[in-house]
Amino acid sequence: MYVAVKGGERAIENAHRLLAHKRRGDQSVAEITLDQISEQLGLAVDRVMSEGSLYDRELAALAIKQARGDLIEAIFLVRAFRATLPRFGASEPVDTGAMRVQRRVSATFKDIPGGQILGPTFDYTHRLLDPSLAEGFVPERPAAAEASTAPTPRVTDILGRDGLIESSPEAEDGASVGDLTREPLNFPADRDLRLQNLARGDEGFLLAMGYSTQRGYGRNHPFVGEIRFGEVEVDFVAEDVGFAVPLGAIELTECQMVNQFKGSATEAPCFTRGYGLAFGQSERKTMSMALVDRALRARELGEEALAPAQDEEFVMSHSDNVQATGFVEHLKLPHYVDFQSELGLLRKLRQEFSKAFADANTQDAMKEAAE
Amino acid sequence: MDQVTQHNDQQAQRKAAMAVLAHAEAGEIAARLRNLSLPDHQDLRTPENGLVMLRGRVGGDGAPFNLGEATVSRAAVRLASGEVGFGYTLGRDGEKARLIALCDALVQSRDFGGAVERDVIAPLREQLMVRRKQAAAVTAATKVDFYTMVRGEG
Repeated sequence: MYVAVKGGERAIENAHRLLAHKRRGDQSVAEITLDQISEQLGLAVDRVMSEGSLYDRELAALAIKQARGDLIEAIFLVRAFRATLPRFGASEPVDTGAMRVQRRVSATFKDIPGGQILGPTFDYTHRLLDPSLAEGFVPERPAAAEASTAPTPRVTDILGRDGLIESSPEAEDGASVGDLTREPLNFPADRDLRLQNLARGDEGFLLAMGYSTQRGYGRNHPFVGEIRFGEVEVDFVAEDVGFAVPLGAIELTECQMVNQFKGSATEAPCFTRGYGLAFGQSERKTMSMALVDRALRARELGEEALAPAQDEEFVMSHSDNVQATGFVEHLKLPHYVDFQSELGLLRKLRQEFSKAFADANTQDAMKEAAE
Repeated sequence: MDQVTQHNDQQAQRKAAMAVLAHAEAGEIAARLRNLSLPDHQDLRTPENGLVMLRGRVGGDGAPFNLGEATVSRAAVRLASGEVGFGYTLGRDGEKARLIALCDALVQSRDFGGAVERDVIAPLREQLMVRRKQAAAVTAATKVDFYTMVRGEG
């Protein structure tokens, strides 16, 4: 239990002053700007936007600066900020098929329409620390080539044409889109809520869960059908305007996982799929998300659900790092009264134990003496 | 031309203008607007920041789901001649939303529609296309060309 305790105000005030000083660090070193964070630590910004569940690069950069680079703290700040703004409504669903791709790879087909486009990637780098980056590094201008105007259809759409892969579930007529920021979570949860939960879920948690499926805890035999990263346009039907208004573009990463096939007496066998989508360039996140999305479909696909990654209540209740850190970190706040009552109980139990032990010894001694 | 077609044409034109303006900076729009002698106008809705829930689709093409929110700024402007324009843009730049609303009102105006397209929208569209073309070119350079190694005696 919490009890208001007086005292400590000055200590708290001074601790925050010290924090501000520590955050700034050595003042002979130049202060970092939001542009620098956004431009040079872009993937951290992407992660804070995804898990903070708010697309705004400048705010995410500010949160990272304020949190001294502690990304979960930054995500917490962004989540708290979004509660201060009114919601105008929901966008039209974005069309990832019309993405202006900056990267697009498939591990299942070598020759896909539109080609394999590596884009800016850590893949195939040697992971050797580069001392030349320490200071004053000026990169070469990127190479340019004639861009093709051919469309880049989603790989799953190509497989879908031959019926080799299950089609995406259609929305039921008149069904509303679940929103876990508005309604409390109930189980079993539909796929829309599961994907919303995973999209804002902690990357590390989802990575571990996805990894666990690969190691045999709910195996589902995945291939990366496609990963694409790039810009998509956002449209919003504004009631005052009366039509879908273009709001500009956002960067997204999408992962289409192609998984083990299923079939039945009435349905021809086909591949199943898992889906990942996140703000910015978030490949590890979307791959993990797609693995876990597929694992969570165990019940729907008639698979035995025995592994943690297949347990939606377990996954969805523990994926959110703001909730998790709130509950774990509250342990360090004063629990004096709780602890005092535990201490009192423990002292009483120990007294009783000592007395019982002493009594038993006395009895034994008397017994021995009598013999 | 019947009224419905005319209405649809104007709507398409407004959307096309907004699609360009949303990608420009407030400063760029303001600089282009300085080339016009603007009619009297007033704020119908002063700029306001809020959120829009962004949606994706399961598997890219299936049922919609909520991905996460984005900050959005919006405003509305009315010309003295009565046209009402709306401005919506990602981010929190209220001035940009106001400038888009002003342009949207001008696009609908018989007197200014042509000028705003010629002096504001068209050059910004050109600039956007150049930027996109450059981005596409550096992306294209990272496209993999597969070739098959000849094995054995051949």
